[in-house]
Amino acid sequence: MKVLVPVKRVVDYNVKVRVRGDKSGVELSGVKMAINPFDEIAVEEAVRLREAQLVAEVVVVSCGTAASQETLRTALAMGADRAILVESDAELQPLAVARLLKAVADREQPGLVICGKQAIDDDANQTGQMLAALMGVGQAACASKLVMSDAAIEVTREVDGGLETLALPLPAVVTADLRLNEPRYATLPNIMKAKKKPLETLAAAALGVDVTPRLRHGRHDEPAPRKAGIKVADVAELVSRLKNEAKLI
Amino acid sequence: MKTLVIAEHDNLNLAGATRHAVTAAARLGGEVELLVAGECCAPVAGQAARLAGASRVIHVDAPIYRDQLAENLAALVVSLVKARACGNVVCASSAFGKNLTPRVAALLDVAPVSDVTQIFARGRYVRPIYAGNVLVSVESDEPVQVLTVRGTAFDAAGDGAAAPVEEGAAGADVGLSRLVSRAIRRSERPELGAAKIVVSGGRGLGSGENYQQLLAPLADRLGAALGASRAAVDAGYVPNDFQVGQTGKIVAPGLYVAVGISGAIQHLAGMKDSGVIVAINKDPDAPIFQVADYGLVGDLFELVPALTGSV
Ligand SMILES: Cc1cc2nc3c(=O)[nH]c(=O)nc-3n(C[C@H](O)[C@H](O)[C@H](O)COP(=O)(O)OP(=O)(O)OC[C@H]3O[C@@H](n4cnc5c(N)ncnc54)[C@H](O)[C@@H]3O)c2cc1C
Ligand SMILES: Nc1ncnc2c1ncn2[C@@H]1O[C@H](COP(=O)(O)O)[C@@H](O)[C@H]1O
Repeated sequence: MKVLVPVKRVVDYNVKVRVRGDKSGVELSGVKMAINPFDEIAVEEAVRLREAQLVAEVVVVSCGTAASQETLRTALAMGADRAILVESDAELQPLAVARLLKAVADREQPGLVICGKQAIDDDANQTGQMLAALMGVGQAACASKLVMSDAAIEVTREVDGGLETLALPLPAVVTADLRLNEPRYATLPNIMKAKKKPLETLAAAALGVDVTPRLRHGRHDEPAPRKAGIKVADVAELVSRLKNEAKLI
Repeated sequence: MKTLVIAEHDNLNLAGATRHAVTAAARLGGEVELLVAGECCAPVAGQAARLAGASRVIHVDAPIYRDQLAENLAALVVSLVKARACGNVVCASSAFGKNLTPRVAALLDVAPVSDVTQIFARGRYVRPIYAGNVLVSVESDEPVQVLTVRGTAFDAAGDGAAAPVEEGAAGADVGLSRLVSRAIRRSERPELGAAKIVVSGGRGLGSGENYQQLLAPLADRLGAALGASRAAVDAGYVPNDFQVGQTGKIVAPGLYVAVGISGAIQHLAGMKDSGVIVAINKDPDAPIFQVADYGLVGDLFELVPALTGSV
């Protein structure tokens, strides 16, 4: 059985992004890019399943420009077996990505798809659930534990108020949350090996998917900064300010 | 155009989050109908019917909706949207709403919009991206607008005159997932998302015992909810649902007290719209002080008990 892991190239989580002067978007030139942190967790989980011989192959897929090859190589260095780049220079919104991934899933017939729970650029938290709908399979979003048996999985999800565990027949779509695992670092020998692993490029258009954006993004603004606060000398001053100035306690 | 609000509940009580969703739904213009789907959930339908602004409640009662799983619910929502010609579907940006609404949208072949914080008109919204560091305006011409809305950005709808409750028919079981177990914590404290005061702890607390010994008494004194940073959750000090931030809960209480939290952007994303922020940290350069109205530099093991003793 094969696991498909969609990975997105995003601005590194340590970067504080800036809006472009004309407010048309976020300044991306010269900004450090990285694999979406949740997708790194998804890759790790898939590789562990293969190492435990529960699955035979881990295929990673990224939709985006040629630069996403770098992201795919990162995933290959972590232990994925093979990569697919669905190449497009267009702005790809989550629905378009889900439809592209559906087309890839039709070709690859994975037994399991593990997405990240959310991309840290658009913060949409949509693609995995939409892919599950398009594939007509069950979904387990925000997974913190995954147990696989022959034709089914049990997934523990982080929900408001606690945890819930679902059983799903395969194929299914899971989205990875922060506490699913701690991803490994790619070692230098593995980074070298990853350069020789197969990376196939498909044109998005060849998959027969219309990727035209459905949503228009207009003005981008930085939220108003909070007005500068003060440092208080001690607990007594804090309490007095909370009482008399902020009138909160 | 009619809006369908998907009510969140546990078959007994309507979630507070749905009250905020109803306020947001009213901004879209047109009638607001609520779907209450569950098993033996008539009490919830009754509560939903009394929400100010609700024009009707559709109550669908069947065992397949008991556990609120996305596959069966999404199929039901889609059939209702079509049968009732709804132009909008709205749900809270909770774990429940984020799980369900994208599935609904994909089945309707429309692009959903997550975490809406402003509604100018139907199809014109603002939402945060990049951990709340950017607010983007979004325009959509989709025939059905599928939205999740942030509770912190819309007031809670109060109670009004009871709207009619209509019984709806259940769909077939799609059989794609099954609930094995659910461990939901019930707490005597206010709910994190709705609390007026939140006391949050980070890695600086050092252990779960310290967290409980230091922060619980302070929260008790203040009538506050307890929250945490990701680091505190990852280290096992507190359960996952305490996490505040980009990928945790979004809170905007009147007072947020951050104890032993450095203030990473992912944490700030979840709390920087709070009314007043207090930070207690031994590092004077910790980024949390850049958003704190009142910063107290020092050792939390001394300062927190002192604070608890004087409020
Ligand atoms: C994809 C992704 C998503 C994330 N989502 C979230 C999220 O939703 N929420 C979140 O919180 N984080 C999130 N993070 C993690 C975030 O980047 C930080 O790692 C995390 O917030 C740090 O937690 P902390 O402030 O408790 O720990 P630290 O950064 O280690 O800070 C501990 C602080 O405690 C102080 N301290 C230590 N001892 C004492 C003492 N005795 N007295 C006083 N002060 C003391 C230190 O000076 C320090 O400032 C995410 C990260 C990623 C990559
Ligand atoms: N362009 C993309 N290419 C591959 N996978 C993606 C892409 N966009 C989103 N995904 C996957 O979908 C998840 C959720 O993304 P989003 O719905 O945008 O928050 C990500 O963590 C990825 O696993």
